[in-house]
Amino acid sequence: MDRKILDGGDIKRILVRMAHEVIEVNRGAKDVVVIGIRTRGVYLAQRLAKIMEEIEGVQIPVGSLDINLYRDDFQTRAEQPVVGRTEIPFDVLEKIVILVDDVLFSGRTVRAALDEIIDFGRPKAIQLAVLVDRGHRELPIRADYIGKRLSTSRHQEVIVKVREEDGVDEVILSEGVEA
Amino acid sequence: MKAEAQLLVKGGRVVDPASGLDQVADLLISEGKIERISEPGSELRAERVIPAQGKLVVPGLIDIHTHLREPGREDEETILSGSQAAVAGGFTAVACMANTQPPIDSQEGVRFVLERGREAFCRIYPIAAVTKGLRGEELTEVADLVRAGAVALSDDGNPVSSSQLMRRALEYSKAFGVSIISHCEDRDLSSGGVINESFTSTLLGLGGIPSLSEEVMVARDIQLAQFTGGRLHLAHLSTAGSLELVREAKGKGVRVTAEVTPHHLILSDEQIRASFDPNLKVNPPLREREDVDALREGLADGTIDCIVTDHAPHSSEEKDVEFDAAPFGIIGLETSLGLILTELYHKGLLDLKPIISLMSTNPARILGLPGGDLRPGGPADVTIIDLEKEWEVEPARFKSKSRNTPFGGWRLKGKAVVTIVGGRIVYQEGV
Amino acid sequence: MGREHLLGIEGMPAERIKLILDTAESFKEVLERPIRKVPTLRGVSVANLFFEPSTRTRVSFELAEKRLSAELVNVSAASSSVLKGETLKDTARNIEAMKVDIVVIRHSAPGAPHFLARCLESSVINAGDGAHEHPTQALLDLLTLRERFGELKGLRVVIVGDITYSRVARSNIWGLKRMGASVALCGPPTLMPLRVEGMGVEVYHNLDQALQGADVIYVLRLQLERQKEGLLPSLREYTNQWGITAQRLTKLKQKFIIMHPGPLNRGIEITPEVADGPYSVILDQVTNGVAVRMAILYLLSGGKVEG
Ligand SMILES: [Zn+2]
Repeated sequence: MDRKILDGGDIKRILVRMAHEVIEVNRGAKDVVVIGIRTRGVYLAQRLAKIMEEIEGVQIPVGSLDINLYRDDFQTRAEQPVVGRTEIPFDVLEKIVILVDDVLFSGRTVRAALDEIIDFGRPKAIQLAVLVDRGHRELPIRADYIGKRLSTSRHQEVIVKVREEDGVDEVILSEGVEA
Repeated sequence: MKAEAQLLVKGGRVVDPASGLDQVADLLISEGKIERISEPGSELRAERVIPAQGKLVVPGLIDIHTHLREPGREDEETILSGSQAAVAGGFTAVACMANTQPPIDSQEGVRFVLERGREAFCRIYPIAAVTKGLRGEELTEVADLVRAGAVALSDDGNPVSSSQLMRRALEYSKAFGVSIISHCEDRDLSSGGVINESFTSTLLGLGGIPSLSEEVMVARDIQLAQFTGGRLHLAHLSTAGSLELVREAKGKGVRVTAEVTPHHLILSDEQIRASFDPNLKVNPPLREREDVDALREGLADGTIDCIVTDHAPHSSEEKDVEFDAAPFGIIGLETSLGLILTELYHKGLLDLKPIISLMSTNPARILGLPGGDLRPGGPADVTIIDLEKEWEVEPARFKSKSRNTPFGGWRLKGKAVVTIVGGRIVYQEGV
Repeated sequence: MGREHLLGIEGMPAERIKLILDTAESFKEVLERPIRKVPTLRGVSVANLFFEPSTRTRVSFELAEKRLSAELVNVSAASSSVLKGETLKDTARNIEAMKVDIVVIRHSAPGAPHFLARCLESSVINAGDGAHEHPTQALLDLLTLRERFGELKGLRVVIVGDITYSRVARSNIWGLKRMGASVALCGPPTLMPLRVEGMGVEVYHNLDQALQGADVIYVLRLQLERQKEGLLPSLREYTNQWGITAQRLTKLKQKFIIMHPGPLNRGIEITPEVADGPYSVILDQVTNGVAVRMAILYLLSGGKVEG
């Protein structure tokens, strides 16, 4: 049985709230850059940046990150994942990087993203923003900005849809398949 | 293996192309000779009876082109191991080429082979070199070699590149009644080649050996044979063009005979494409489908006189390497009959009588060897064949010391089950 | 044997080629980062076996391996004192003992990589086997063309020079044909392999005719030995008949680019002004070489294959 957790309106409100939080924590948007993790994190990053720009009236650079080259599990996979492009068309040195992903789960994706960003330069700080935190961390990683906390069991699936990719904004909790 | 005083091969289908015989009969062997062939169910008695009902009884197969590697490369083959492979393949006699280390180019060399041959499982006939040291420079002492027991002369492995020397060899050998067996290859044209020059060599980027390199020499040798009146036997022909030249020469009455190998009759160069398998590397190289078809046609119309194995053992150390570096050669004593029966007889392309002619009667006549027929009074060299027996080629179980065959794993139909040399049973299936 | 290899372009499906090129494009971006290195192949060991001297290809592979953080072992194998066949087999045995994941091999014998693939557990990448194939070169050429033209389909590519001894020509013919380009060959008849038309190409001996309507002029390196081997009367005559000169190019009405696999024999198959001129994409080919080799290493290192 699938259950809708968030609809388009919810997501919009969450992003607005997050934008305010980011600005509040960092006392403005100076030196703030936003980097989304492919695929859906990128769209969320773009929206978040846009909202902040409207609030603060400044330009906020947005990048995208493909973390496949930094994964720690490739030797145990049957086939290599398709590598997408990483695009960070700005210098991260001394910047406050807001790393955006759709779901925070084991923390391995975020670990890979942190390593990758640091290879681009030394930011002043990296803060993590996620739409959904579903628990079950395997690494000591926590998010700075959380859209919604969801308690889930491991076999359940959290499906995030964004209109740019899926035509609709929503988050669904699916029962998935028992392992 | 002690010879029985008398041996009776009972109830087999006896096929002897020399006499035209093809009927179910009993064959009585006595004191190493064929004693008599009688109607089945005759009252013949012997100490030992070999039931041959449903089997084929033919004159022992003779392979006039083998490389037994002794002396010099006993790790690859010896006269003894080669003869054991031979009898397992139904051969009762083999002639072995002179390109050993050192080459057989002296009386001592010929005597050495004959000496070793006495302990062998089948009859061993030495072929001596045409030129000293196979160097293609000076003729060997033909008279002495023939007197010592050489049955033919050949530099096989190498061509006799000098036309002058080839002319002299054909002329001189006339006095002693031996054939010159010619390995036809123009080394200028074949240099750098490892497979047939064709679309396949183009795709693989492997050096090509053009058909031309064989045909130019076939044409030359035929002209020389015609001019000198010498006896020319052309080794392992592989191209449609060569066949055409031989056909034409025979039409003109030139004294020329020709042989072909099972691998050239069955495989073509495309097989190399998928695999780069060094076991498919052989000289002359495997040619194209059209050449294979032409060779088969040559068997049927008599342009080709005999089938030989060109059994060329190589150690796996040397052969199991990248294609360019591997030596040329395929072994064939244990697969030849099975391949010919499977691919030609059972596919309806060639009848039994011509097959036996090509593998026994004709080779004996080309080199003037005993055997090749079942005439009473002749040597009791007999092969009993089970035409229906299905078997798999398992190189690991070869009697030969070498394993270099591209036919490993092939399912064949038809096999020698008993081989008798001089009245002795030297090979019996399952024993 | 469950391992995947890259032995040649012959028979490679178009989707596979596309995946390699797409992946290489992503890797090109890595090459522009401040730290041009990603940890992707940490723990993967790669052996580079170069039995033929080839600085360019070896350096390109090494760079690709280093950028991906692979452990690399260079086995220098060219040794004239050892018999040809023995070295490869012995090397194969050593590699087997070293438990290498990927073997990159350059060898003068066609099929040498296939031989290794038969006797090793590792993935084998053909970095050029005699006159047979040079798949990574063809893939980097395809990437270069795709960047220039967007689409490979319908391109007219003319490959000029010594086709008989060219692994680059063979791999490119397969790749270009598979991606829908048309290919013409031009060179002296003595350097044109038998029945090469069977690969689906046109054959010319007259260069000006061949170049009509060419989008791409792919110039092959002429080994100077060919003249000594009697395949050419003289290098001077070769240059006159088949050399790519500015003068010859000015006669062309269409737009075109010039490619060359390197290293160049300036003044023989191509004049310096053309090689360094505006049509030349030779340096792009070099950059793309690293990206394509990264892509191949990445795709072949994918996990343990069962079976
Ligand atoms: Zn020969």
